[in-house]
Order: sequence, then C-alpha cells, then structure tokens
Amino acid sequence: MTAEPILTISGLNVDYGTGASGVRALRDIDLTLHRGEVLGLAGESGSGKSTLAYAVTRLLSPPGVITGGDVHYHRPGGESIDILSLTPDELRAFRWQELSIVFQGAMNSLNPVHTVHSQLTDVLTAHRPGMRAAERTARAEELLNLVGISADRLAAYPHQLSGGMRQRVMIAMALALEPEIVIMDEPTTALDVVMQRQILRKLVELRERLSFSVVFITHDISLLIEFSDRIAIMYGGRIVEQAGATEIYRDPRHPYSEGLLHSFPALHGPRRELTGIPGSPPHLSAMPTGCAFHPRCGKAFEPCPERVPVLAAPEAGQDREVACWLPH
Amino acid sequence: MTTEQSAPVRTGNDVVLEARGVTKHFPVRRTAGDLLARRHRTVHAVDDVSLKLRRGTVTALVGESGSGKSTVARLLAQLYPLTSGEIHLGGTAVKAGRGRSFRTYVRQVQLIFQDPFASLNPVHTVRYHLTRALRIHDRAGNGEADLEKNLAALLERVQLTPPHQFLDKFPHELSGGQRQRVAIARALGADPQVLLADEPVSMLDVSIRLGVLNLLRDLKERLHLAILYITHDIASARYFADTTLVMYAGRIVEGGDSETVTQHPAHPYTQLLIASAPDPDRVADEEAQEETGSGEPPSLIAPPDGCRFHPRCPKAMERCRTELPPRFDLADGQWAACWLYDGTGAEGAAK
Repeated sequence: MTAEPILTISGLNVDYGTGASGVRALRDIDLTLHRGEVLGLAGESGSGKSTLAYAVTRLLSPPGVITGGDVHYHRPGGESIDILSLTPDELRAFRWQELSIVFQGAMNSLNPVHTVHSQLTDVLTAHRPGMRAAERTARAEELLNLVGISADRLAAYPHQLSGGMRQRVMIAMALALEPEIVIMDEPTTALDVVMQRQILRKLVELRERLSFSVVFITHDISLLIEFSDRIAIMYGGRIVEQAGATEIYRDPRHPYSEGLLHSFPALHGPRRELTGIPGSPPHLSAMPTGCAFHPRCGKAFEPCPERVPVLAAPEAGQDREVACWLPH
Repeated sequence: MTTEQSAPVRTGNDVVLEARGVTKHFPVRRTAGDLLARRHRTVHAVDDVSLKLRRGTVTALVGESGSGKSTVARLLAQLYPLTSGEIHLGGTAVKAGRGRSFRTYVRQVQLIFQDPFASLNPVHTVRYHLTRALRIHDRAGNGEADLEKNLAALLERVQLTPPHQFLDKFPHELSGGQRQRVAIARALGADPQVLLADEPVSMLDVSIRLGVLNLLRDLKERLHLAILYITHDIASARYFADTTLVMYAGRIVEGGDSETVTQHPAHPYTQLLIASAPDPDRVADEEAQEETGSGEPPSLIAPPDGCRFHPRCPKAMERCRTELPPRFDLADGQWAACWLYDGTGAEGAAK
C-alpha cells in the first residue's frame, strides 16, 4: 500500500493482573493504521478489541498493564511519537488533539447534569486556552451542524435528546479539535439499524471532508465489510487475519473469519443453512495451547494444538496476512 | 401429560395462541399542568395488534427498540393486563389473573428473556432452576430417579450433553450460549405449546447465536411448538421464521411469509428497515440506496394522527396524515397497513 502509516502498533502485549492470577488479554499485536483509512477491528466479546483501543490511547486502568511492545504515532510532517512513553502532560495534549475516542455505550457517557453546550465547549476550553467564549460557542454550533443536529439543541440536556442524537453529540465532541485519528469502540451497538446507518453515513461523509483516520471496533462483521477499507479480525487476544474488506468477504483465509462471515444470515440471495461456529469463545484464563481457535476449528490438524501460527502473508507479495497453519 | 398433547401430531395450521385487537396503554405520571387541564396522558405502547401463532411454526415480530414488540410478548404471556382486546388460547378467550389461573396459563405459554445473565439466579445451580420448573408444573415424576431422568431429558433436549456435567453448575460457570440453553430448558420444563422468545440471541456472542436459533428451530420441529421470535434483526427473521410481522410505533404495519416480506417489502417502513440493515453485498451497488427516509420513531404519548409512519415516510400522501390505513391484502398472503395499496390489490407488492 502506498499510503503512509499514521499509527503503528508492534508486538503489543497487555495483561490483566500480574503473577499467578494474571491473564494475557493481548498477545503480540502488530497493526498499522494508514492515513485516511477506516480500519475495522472485528471480534467477539473477550477477543481483546476494546483492550486494544484502551491500550493504544493509554486509558487502560489497573489491573490492566501494558507488558511489552510499541505504539508510535506519526505526525503529518514525519515526526514520530512514542505514545507509550508520553508524560501525563504530553498525553493530555495528545488526546483529543491528535487522537480521540468514542466509547462503547457513548450514549451514556454524556454528563446528565450539564448541557450539550457546556460539554462540547469543555474540550475547547481545556485545549485552546486562547479562545474566547463566543468563538467556542460558534465552534460548538458548527460541530453540531456537522453531525446533523440543529444548533438550537445546544442548550439541551442529554436526557432531552434521543439516543441517536446523543451518539452524534459524542462524535461531534470527538471531532472538536480535528484529530488525525478517531477510535470508535462499538459506537452504534446500542442503536437501531436505521439510526446506525444514518450515523455511519454521516461519518463516512465527514471523513471524506476532514480526512481523518478511523479505527472502527465492532462485532458486526457485515457492517465492517460495508464501511471499512481494511479489516483485522481478532480472536483470543491475537489478530488472526487482516486484509482488505472485500478480500475478507470474498475470500476469507482463516477458518474463524469464514465462520464469522457465516454467522450472519444474509438478507438477499439464496437461503442457506447456517451453523455458526461450534463451541464458545475461550476464556482468557484458560486459553488453548497453540492456535487459540483449534478446539472449535473444523480444519484443525497436527501442528494446531502445539504451535502458535504466525501472522504472515499467505503468499509472498500479497497485501494480506493470516495466522493459520493451513496451506493457503 | 394432558390428553391434548398426546393427540396425534397435527399439521402446522392450527392456531394455538391468538391476539385479537390487543391494546396496551401505560399511564404517564401526571404533572401539575395535567391535573389543572384534567388530562390523563398515556403511552400508546401497543395498539390494535392481532396475530396468530400456529403449531409448528415460527412467527417473527420485527421492530426497532421502543416499537412495542416486547410489550406484545409480555401481554401474550399475561404479565400485564390488557387495556382492550382478547387473547385466545386454543380457541377460547383467556384472561389469566394471578394464582391458579395464571399458572395454568403459563403451563401452556412460556416466555424466554433476552438476557440469560439476568434471568437465571446466580446463587442457584442448573439443577435447582430446572427442578423448580418441573415441580411447579407437576412434571417432576415420582421419586428421585424419575426426577433425575426428567432433568437429563430436558438438558439433552437443549443439547447440553452429557447432562451430568451441567446439572450442578452455577450460571457463572456456563458460557452465554449455555446459559440461554438452560433458560430454554427451564421453559420446556412446563411442556408448553407456545414459546415466546424475546430477543433470545441478541445478548449472545455472534458465533454462537446461530447455534441457539437452530436449536429453537429443532425444538419447533420435534415438539411442534408455536414460537414467537421477537427481534430487531430482520435478516435473522428471514433465516429463522416462517412468517414475519413488522411493528412500528405500537402497530403492526406489515405481515406475511418471511421470504416475501424480506424480498418484496410493501410498507415503506419495512423498505427502510431492509435498506438500513448491514449488507456486505451492497458495496457493489452503493448508489442504488437512496430515498429510504430518515428521522426517528415518534413519541408514543402523542403518536401522529393517521399512519404513524407518515412524518418519516418518503411516499406520504395527504390522506396518510389524517386517516389510519387499514390492512390491505396483497398477493401470497402478504398484507400491509399502507394507503399506497388502497384499491391496487396485489400489484404494489412486486415493487
């Protein structure tokens, strides 16, 4: 790919707890986000996708510990910042300004006793000390218009807005300082499909206009295929496959990716008998040896229970990676 | 077992549970202004809903959150009194109060909830949950050995095998899918004729949802249950249900065979719902999906006059604002409550 990287994660490991009671939630994550790209991160609950978002933003709270690896952010000029070694002050300046995050259940992350206005301008007060109050209000109005809410709703309290509007306020807030990267952790899971599509369409449109990069985390792979450029699929704390969205859809290489794709009934085309994936996702404290997916995999053979497959291109020169022992 | 259940297996066409014009309004707490104006406001949660659940078929009720679909399930389970309308079980109108009549009713009609993490008691084992269901419904049998046999049969029915591995587990020791299977086993403990499943898989991990849906379908076929499947995911209704009903703002707006409703949606709301569902195949024809309408569902305290969808409907006409559309029958048993089909018969359905 010709696009320059904006965020590179290499060899990232995250544990919850230390010593005998500790469990490893992320294992050797290597991932690159390119400028202007929508990277989809798919996986079931417990696969580590939210942990990855928290680790990258340094929001991981104890007992979560980053035990190894690097996360580098690349400024447009080419300057590279090591996120994991930022001091608290630098980190405060970095968040929102360069990288913002929309949380899971963002609908409930607004403070119920403050108006939308005070919550939207709060970011600006903190990061742009030189800005005057009138300018902040003007910016807040502009932001609301950006996400398709009329500016007169600025005086509203969160309970006066519908779920979809609250979600859009959260997106507006994340865009307040025009960050380079927006991480969205299941931003639409609590919403209805109609609202979900409206918000995602808005997001795609905003990205084209403001050209930021997005990491989009969800369990709904059919949504990702439609909305993202590239998809990384996680299972048991590892990335098991990453490729372009259409490649994943047309030609999944990892049996887990294939299983996930076959877990969503299709609205069109022939009605097929679907099976899902037998068994249930592994628990972090009892991760299977070798490939974590082997107990549920219909194609498992000798090396799978013993050796961990490496994430690598199935054929030399291909722009996709898969971690599976099967000959591809 | 009752004589009715030991009767020979009938074809899938007899109606077990039927709702006729069921309406539920919830009162809203009155404010000082309401008292002065002598106003009684209500939430029109469910209005004039009629549906039939047939033996050996799955009926899906699809709608957004707040459309009243869960209220319909609770009304059918007789957990709330009706504001008006009737519920017929096996052809006779039933109004279960509390106590004995309620228990007789729930023996036939069982409800499965969305969240198996909340619907099982965390301090009790699987054995306790299932034994209690069997005892309450007089199906525990005589003595320890009978009970043990019945418990094992229940677990085998929901494919939790071998049963002895699961009987003495606590809910937290089970995965989400296993928990939901225990909840289904508990419902089967009553040997019901009707299963009302309120979003049975939406809390489960993606890869195990289909396993639970396939289990429910298997139960439908083997036990000839009538199943009401409540969901917000219209694609899963197409996959799993024989007939599909679409609900919007407390009313059922369209119904028919699942394949017809999802492939040739007649009501503009169903069309919007289908256009909004994630669909990987759409990548190719990105441009072909405009003009489906937008906006949000209305307040149910003061629902719009006429058709409740008209403020969002791209095809709304003058008439839609004032007159409530009745049910218009289209081809192949499909129907829609929409003025677009007034007098046109079946021709509109193909669009």
